[in-house]
Amino acid sequence: MALPSYTETRYRVWHYIYISICTFVFFFLIAPLFVIFPLSFNAEEFLVFSEGMKNLDPDAFSLRWYKDMIYGTKNPWGLAAKNSFIIAIFATIGSIILGTLAALGLSSRHMPYKGIIMATLISPMIVPLIISGVAIFFFMAKVGLAATHTGIVFAHIILGTPFVVITVTATLSGFDHSVTRAAASLGSNPVNTFMKITLPLILPGVISGGLFAFVTSFDEVVVVLFLAGLDNTTIPVQMWTGLREQLSPTILAVATCLIILSTLILVTAELLRRRSERLRGINR
Amino acid sequence: MSSETKILTTDGVPLEVSLKKAEKRNKIKAFLLVAPLLLFLLITYIFPIGEMFTRSIDDRMVTNMLPKTFASMEKWDGKELPPEEVYRSFYEDYKILAEKKEHGKLGQRLNKEKNGFNSILKRLFRKVKRNQIDETVSIKEQINKIHRNFTKVEYWQAIKRTAPPYTINKYLKGMDMYLDEDGNVAQVSEDRRIHRILWLRTLEIALFVTIFCFLMGYPIAHLLATLPMKYSNLLMICVLLPFWTSLLVRTASWMILLQQQGLVNDFFVMIGLVADNNRPEMMYNKVGTYVAMTQILLPFMVLPLYSVMKTISPSLMRAGKSLGGTPFVAFWKIYFPLTIPGIGAGCLLVFILAIGYYITPALVGGASGTLISNQIAFHMKQTLDWSFASAMGLMLLTGVLVIYWIYNKLVGVDNIKLG
Repeated sequence: MALPSYTETRYRVWHYIYISICTFVFFFLIAPLFVIFPLSFNAEEFLVFSEGMKNLDPDAFSLRWYKDMIYGTKNPWGLAAKNSFIIAIFATIGSIILGTLAALGLSSRHMPYKGIIMATLISPMIVPLIISGVAIFFFMAKVGLAATHTGIVFAHIILGTPFVVITVTATLSGFDHSVTRAAASLGSNPVNTFMKITLPLILPGVISGGLFAFVTSFDEVVVVLFLAGLDNTTIPVQMWTGLREQLSPTILAVATCLIILSTLILVTAELLRRRSERLRGINR
Repeated sequence: MSSETKILTTDGVPLEVSLKKAEKRNKIKAFLLVAPLLLFLLITYIFPIGEMFTRSIDDRMVTNMLPKTFASMEKWDGKELPPEEVYRSFYEDYKILAEKKEHGKLGQRLNKEKNGFNSILKRLFRKVKRNQIDETVSIKEQINKIHRNFTKVEYWQAIKRTAPPYTINKYLKGMDMYLDEDGNVAQVSEDRRIHRILWLRTLEIALFVTIFCFLMGYPIAHLLATLPMKYSNLLMICVLLPFWTSLLVRTASWMILLQQQGLVNDFFVMIGLVADNNRPEMMYNKVGTYVAMTQILLPFMVLPLYSVMKTISPSLMRAGKSLGGTPFVAFWKIYFPLTIPGIGAGCLLVFILAIGYYITPALVGGASGTLISNQIAFHMKQTLDWSFASAMGLMLLTGVLVIYWIYNKLVGVDNIKLG
């Protein structure tokens, strides 16, 4: 942002202070993520930058922690990754189905008690996770689903649906309902109308809600800590255990993989958002 | 309008009736779409939270263990030692418990009510087991001989206090209070007030994290909203990438940065702020909690602020300036008031998230950085005092719901924007 030449000195100074504050905050936000990358390639066991790394000595870098992550003895990460993906995928599917249906109902102008129902559906996002964890644990223990994949999937559906409800409701707010009426008047039944007309139009919202649900499940640790037995350990639980006991570079290797995954998700979400805006632009 | 001119639909029904019918059908249709999720949440989530409430006030254990005692105690005024009848029914109840081997639980529970109860009950148990109590003569005298504490009225009062099936003890305990012998609310001694410290600390940390997030989030949200699209999209990644990255990954990176040999300390040594042999401890205390939580929650402040600022037309500021306001005045009188909805949304969102934080404080907080959530988890997993954990959880929940309600009034839940 170039300043006009007539700017007074004090505003000029203020402007540069403002820019430097912003630079600092952006740095504060993003820099911690980049510490993990180089340290995960550390040849040594310590979590500090060795002299060799500071001098960019190739011998100071190695892939040993990645090898340990994949082939290590008594390694929990393989099982944890498998569990994480299975749980997250099923939780996402569940959240998308339940959340999209609910959002369709909520966007209808005939919906009774909209405010209170919306508040109830969003509540898992607002209630502190620790309380959700306690409540869900009591329920799952009572119905015998504690320490099972099913139990954790249900728990994550609870936590994931609010995101789907919010994103799909937002997409539907720009939705032109005359297209569905047009389809109906042309003889299409409601299911067909939904599959052929509504769904393709709200798909970006559904997918980005699904991404939120996926990330929520994939990243969730508090509730899983209450629910999981030894067989249901997930990546975040393993990381939590590892971080509590001792910080090993293997955790950093896992963290690097997770950052790459989140970058991919970010790019997908961003592309979807733009596509959704474009589609809604056409509707207007 | 007379009945002759009433508009009819093709099948002869008045339009008004037909419309109402259609309206009702649409209502049901809309509700049926929401029903699966609503039902699912009610069963697996809302009711269990309600169940936490019954669990937190449930005190039926002793009530069920000593039915005869409590029945006979109803006539006892609680001022002096109870009559023979109470002793006898207590002995009878206890004998049944001893046969079922449930006497230990009773001892532990009563010991919480009055210290030293467990040991005198163990003496009673030995007598009962060896059948040394003669049921034909006064049981009161025999029990009183077992230990002199049985002759103290406080112990019998303690039993009487456990009679009601419901108790608010757990809630009082969560606020470092208890019911004393006369049933009045009393404070625990000052050196044992751990929970109040935790509540205050939780509030303090949530408040300061919110303030820090606001102070840091406002400038960058403003920058993002005013920069041309191609730059702001790039900078937006700095906000969104942490937002999408695992909480544990971000906590781990702060653990690396803040450790004593970490980069932050290296930097302080380099610029000469601290001596190399005197590196400050920045983790396992409040500093670590503040820094890590601020960075982790900052995106939740920036995103609502950004979405509000994006809608403010830059011509407003120009108009203010052209009317003679300095940039500061124009900002303060025009721009800032317009961003207040965003500030409300961001601050409440961050505050609500911060007040229930668990993972990050537990990892980087150490002893002085732990919050109320850590205490709840501790009672769930270590002491297994689930009713106390439920009580504290519900106290926290009440606070959050009040804030949520304010949020709903100010911003509206359906106005939450994500990404």
